[in-house]
Amino acid sequence: MSYPPSSIWLIILVMGVGTYLIRFSFLGLIGNRKMPDWVLRHLRYTPVAILPGLVAPLVMWPEATGGEPDPIRLAAAAVTLGVAWWWKNLLAGAAAGAATLAGLLWISAAL
Amino acid sequence: MATTTQNSAFKAGVLAGLPFLLVGVPFAVLFGVVATEAGLNIAQTIGFSFLVIAGASQFTAIQLLSENAPVFIVIAAALAVNLRMAMYSASLQPHLGAASFRQRALVAYLNVDASYALGMQRFEDEPDWSVNDKFLFFCGTMLFMFPLWVIGTWVGAIAGDVLPEALDLDFAMPIMFLALTAPMVKTLAHLGAAVTSVIGALLLAFLPSGIGLLIAAVLAMAVGAEIERRRA
Repeated sequence: MSYPPSSIWLIILVMGVGTYLIRFSFLGLIGNRKMPDWVLRHLRYTPVAILPGLVAPLVMWPEATGGEPDPIRLAAAAVTLGVAWWWKNLLAGAAAGAATLAGLLWISAAL
Repeated sequence: MATTTQNSAFKAGVLAGLPFLLVGVPFAVLFGVVATEAGLNIAQTIGFSFLVIAGASQFTAIQLLSENAPVFIVIAAALAVNLRMAMYSASLQPHLGAASFRQRALVAYLNVDASYALGMQRFEDEPDWSVNDKFLFFCGTMLFMFPLWVIGTWVGAIAGDVLPEALDLDFAMPIMFLALTAPMVKTLAHLGAAVTSVIGALLLAFLPSGIGLLIAAVLAMAVGAEIERRRA
């Protein structure tokens, strides 16, 4: 890495201000005005439209295996999803997924 | 009575945020280690975590810095990773748009994947909550997360070489977010959006970081909204 300290700080400041403006954007500028129904209908799906796509590549091509699909991690992800969805419970899903991951990694190391 | 509700919303937020410390704190430590190993000094490393508070974009920036990418490219790529937060901002608006300007300014600063997802999940389950309850819950989720994000970065920055490589937490992030998202899938419309998001993000993963996810997310929102409209 070869940058003068001023460039590093420039990057940090512009990223900080830019990220803040992105986060502030709609919430800050629209304030209390009511958005049209069709916009609200789309926004209702924002969490389930972004979060699955955010983690999907990490599940399919995990860093730990150098990006190779890994049956152990796919199984852990499936158990997490199934348990969290069935019991509508984050902690139950996360615990079941972590246990599956740890258990299968332990078994595959022992084999 | 009002005070009791407010307290309970704040406490509920603090409690809901606790499990995410298991992911966030090691992630922050890891960032401290990686950033200092790439050549940043301690002040710069902490500056990242304090001013940006967005792990994925911070790692993106460090990766590009260690490749000696032009300053403009580093900034553009890192901000692209954070563009999804414009959608977070828009979908929080129906819940928190009526809050005061100062409150909204603070929510914007603390709007990260975990606080956003926890907030949206709870706001949908608690339609009776006032704007203030929602504000307090949102801030509660970050009460420990934010300071520990910064402190964790600092620990990683000063202790980098001492910490074992065996911080085997590569899969903690996916597990936490899968467990958080699954209960939000309540209707066919949610399922359609989630499946579109996954397929889109995987198919578009070859695009520069963050861009494919944004396209997939817009498509997924359209699928969810269209299914809702047809079934209404």
